Amino acid sequence: MATLYFERELVELKDKLAKLLDSSDTTTTKSLITKLKKEIVKKEKSTYQNLDAWQTTLVARHPKRPGTTDFIKTCISDFIELHGDRHYRNDKAITAGLGTLDGHKFMILGHVKGSNTTDNLKHNFGMANPEGYRKSLRLMQLAQKFNLPILTLIDTPGAYPGIGAEDRQQAESIAVCLREMGILKVPIISVVLGEGGSGGALALAVANRLLMLSNAVFGVISPEGCASILWDNPAKAKQASGMLKQTARDLKDLNIIEEIIDEPFSCAHNNPLLTLENVKAAIIRHYLVLSKLSPTQLLAQRQKKFRLIGRYK
Amino acid sequence: MTSWFEKLTPNFLHPESKKVSIPEGVWHKCPNCKETIYGKDLKKSLKVCTTCGFHFLLCATERIEQLTDADSFKELYANLTPEDPIKFVDSKPYPERVKMAKRKTGLTEAVLTGDAKINGRLVSLAVLDFGFMGGSMGSVMGEKITRLIEHSADTNQPLIVVSASGGARMQEGILSLMQMAKTSIALNLLKDQHLAYISLLTYPTMGGVSASFAMLGDVILAEPGSLIGFAGPRVIKQTIKQDLPKQFQRAEEQLEHGGIDRVVKRGDLKDELSKILDYLTANIQ
Repeated sequence: MATLYFERELVELKDKLAKLLDSSDTTTTKSLITKLKKEIVKKEKSTYQNLDAWQTTLVARHPKRPGTTDFIKTCISDFIELHGDRHYRNDKAITAGLGTLDGHKFMILGHVKGSNTTDNLKHNFGMANPEGYRKSLRLMQLAQKFNLPILTLIDTPGAYPGIGAEDRQQAESIAVCLREMGILKVPIISVVLGEGGSGGALALAVANRLLMLSNAVFGVISPEGCASILWDNPAKAKQASGMLKQTARDLKDLNIIEEIIDEPFSCAHNNPLLTLENVKAAIIRHYLVLSKLSPTQLLAQRQKKFRLIGRYK
Repeated sequence: MTSWFEKLTPNFLHPESKKVSIPEGVWHKCPNCKETIYGKDLKKSLKVCTTCGFHFLLCATERIEQLTDADSFKELYANLTPEDPIKFVDSKPYPERVKMAKRKTGLTEAVLTGDAKINGRLVSLAVLDFGFMGGSMGSVMGEKITRLIEHSADTNQPLIVVSASGGARMQEGILSLMQMAKTSIALNLLKDQHLAYISLLTYPTMGGVSASFAMLGDVILAEPGSLIGFAGPRVIKQTIKQDLPKQFQRAEEQLEHGGIDRVVKRGDLKDELSKILDYLTANIQ
């Protein structure tokens, strides 16, 4: 299930190797093993080199891809989760709390999709309701009050499209996040770990530094949504994904993100630990630069950056 | 073949907006009650059905005519037009779509911005036009709205934005999405100067437009029957796999849920805007 369509041959080779390694007949298998190992290296290269936009989208959504929870477990010490929007309920699609990264104290917020079905349901697949964005803003403002830098981790298909979400003003909850993040006087760093789905992702991305993992995606609409609007056919998502220009490379070319964080060659889902190490290093590097800026400089940098986005004649 | 944004509109409400103005002397059928109305009468009623009160879609120029003092609108930033930043092609290339929309509406983009007078008071005014690619927000709309906000702050005048939009313009990809942040951040300028911003929501105000400047008004008004929300009804229906309540996302329902301040009939809008601005400016230097 967790094998992507273009990984199938590679996985078959790996399974074959595992079986050989298990077998007791060492004399005949030894040369076979060496041969197979070489083949696997070659196959890995052809599998993961030059992923197209759709393959990248699938990698970005991979259930084994490290997310907010993994990042907190692996890279953050003394994490203290804080809950709730103080009005309606605690939205589990966004985890938030105080945490220490390499000795630096942060307010950390991130979408959580969950890694198995039970978890997915608990976290609503990372699709936040208005109370999720209101919790986020509450805690970001709290961070400002106590002069803590903010780290947001983005991994969501989008804000939840549901009746309750609309009744409780999903649009307003996102809009207020966008406006207020624009005037927070502390450093804000955002990393798109997996999927950056539209407004629900942007609501946590009004940052001084917006970084993306190399196989993450961030766009205005999902390829499925786009295909369904254009051709009444979500199955044409593959075609749409190429048109929407949502990969990290695309966003770097469009000057929307500051940095692409490299994933290991075989993608984040095959090497979560190394991926998270890279994420951690990038965050620290940018934080050390931002921490030297005054609140006025931080505001000016962030506001100018967003003010200049757009192409027109 | 219908275009992508036309598909967003339920059939029974399908806009009459393709015609920029109502030719007088022609009969019109109300999409809601199916009664026929004489063109002259429809214009006199501000394009509200004289039988059932259904509010027909207005194009931006009609809206400006109805809301502002005669000949007071002075357009700003009229020369901004879209580029093709991600070379988007569906059944037609994006520049072709823009050209068609220009021809159809006589506008250069999905929003008109400028100075206007409402009962003698100078305001900054933006009016979105649903007829221009579904009133979608791309770089140009984001830039025009942001400039208008800055203009309001510079000239110390209140801001009024009339929204009618399906959301962000996907043909400009991530750049469209980022206009939500750009416009929302700019609104902080008005807060610092105690300048009033009234947002008027009309049919429909959805997606990236509602999740940015449209829902950030100091006072939010809506026309009767307007569809207002983040996700479109079709997407919600597909996601939750159940039928939606009859009045779901309508202005009247949004009023009940506390999302907007008032539902105001078209004929009362101008005076109401004027009165609200009287209050919001009275005690501010």
